[in-house]
Amino acid sequence: MKKLENELTWKDLEIGCIVTEPGSTREYRTGDWRSQRPTYDFNKCIKCGLCAIYCPEGCIGQNAEGYFQANLFWCKGCGICSKECPTKVISMVNEEA
Amino acid sequence: MGKRVGIEVSLAIAEAAKMADVDVVAAYPITPQTHIVEHMAEIVANGELDAEYIPVESEHSAMSACLGSSATGARTFTATAGQGLELMHEVLYVASAMRLPIVMAVANRALSSPLNVWGDQSDLMAVRDVGWIQIICENGQEAFDHTICAFRIAEDNRVLLPVMIHCDGFYLTHVVEPIEFPTQEEVTNFIPKFKYPLPLDTAKPVSMGCFAPSFIYTEAKKAQEVNILNSKKIILEHWDAFGKAFGRYYHPVESYRTEGAKTLLLTLGSFGETAMTAVDKMRDEGKSVGLLKLRLWRPFPYPELRKAVGNAENLVVVDRALSFGGCGGPAYSEVRSALYSEKNHPKVVGFVAGLGGRDITVAEFENMVKRAPEIANTGAETEYEMFGVRE
Repeated sequence: MKKLENELTWKDLEIGCIVTEPGSTREYRTGDWRSQRPTYDFNKCIKCGLCAIYCPEGCIGQNAEGYFQANLFWCKGCGICSKECPTKVISMVNEEA
Repeated sequence: MGKRVGIEVSLAIAEAAKMADVDVVAAYPITPQTHIVEHMAEIVANGELDAEYIPVESEHSAMSACLGSSATGARTFTATAGQGLELMHEVLYVASAMRLPIVMAVANRALSSPLNVWGDQSDLMAVRDVGWIQIICENGQEAFDHTICAFRIAEDNRVLLPVMIHCDGFYLTHVVEPIEFPTQEEVTNFIPKFKYPLPLDTAKPVSMGCFAPSFIYTEAKKAQEVNILNSKKIILEHWDAFGKAFGRYYHPVESYRTEGAKTLLLTLGSFGETAMTAVDKMRDEGKSVGLLKLRLWRPFPYPELRKAVGNAENLVVVDRALSFGGCGGPAYSEVRSALYSEKNHPKVVGFVAGLGGRDITVAEFENMVKRAPEIANTGAETEYEMFGVRE
């Protein structure tokens, strides 16, 4: 099984840290930058998708019910989706320490 | 068999790069390196060498172009000096961390201000920590030999690091010396074309120089450090192979008439030639003096230095650069630190001399040797002195 990014040792690195796989940024957990996370009241959601369009991280997609929701592996908690949502579906709450 | 040619050392360095059959040269002319790149440009323009010569707009661009070229697996050469090396500074770190086997000749020169284009090793010491293998030459033959050898070291798949060949500006670059040229066949056999293991290649794309956050940066630096430390034994292996092929053997620390010497001089670069004459004179007068010449600056040859110092009582380190408000001479500081853990280490006295092209004569080396025990006996050996400064 592939090692997690924070389990790699210096011996695991390629020469000069060359990256040999395309799209490796997907494995980079930017979610741990977050101090607030989005929470949702989907009863208000009209599935307009504006949050996904505004998201600078491109981490918002539709869930099984078709509601738009951020992937917390990448979501940095900037709150832009919450600000832009026309029906106030999204509230930002502090991450627990 | 090759032939012996009377040639300016700068031109000999360019001829060495030509015999190495380099694919790309990206360089910007700067005194005292100018003759190297002018001759390189001439060689390419005359069709003597099938290579791309990129006349860039600055040294920062020169080194950046070298990164790109080397990353494709092309054999890459450049040269610079003084301010030019400083302008390259940030890119030098990139070359070593990306493990690109670029070879660069440096015509060592003083740094502004005041403006001074003459021989000095301030530029060399300012790039001490950039992660390149650094070799310091004492004469023209060494400059030629080490340029050839540098490609073999740099491109060894166990090394894959850039190499700087340091030659004192003017003292080496602008003198005409008789230099032994091997045949093209001998050079080609010694440094056959190499294959970079993971080159930029559209058929098999890779990304180089990506970013590394805190969770992996330390591991990246550890890998780099282990790599350059391990390179030493491989450098020695290739120097030995060079000796077998061409009859001239090189060592990380060269010892000259050190047998039983109470006082040792230690020099870097062209000072060594004058210091040898001074040692000969002092030995003829019955004085117990020898000379060490530090050839391999990075990776630093700790065991070799300790062995070469042996049981000497005084060690006089002559620097051609100054770390302002700090340790004095950078080589002095490193040498002293290398000997600190030794039970019977000598008293180490440091002189900063020959800045901005000021000549140091045989008599002045004699003077340093004479004064070293006096300075050491006052217990002031931890102080350095700017030699010959007018008060």
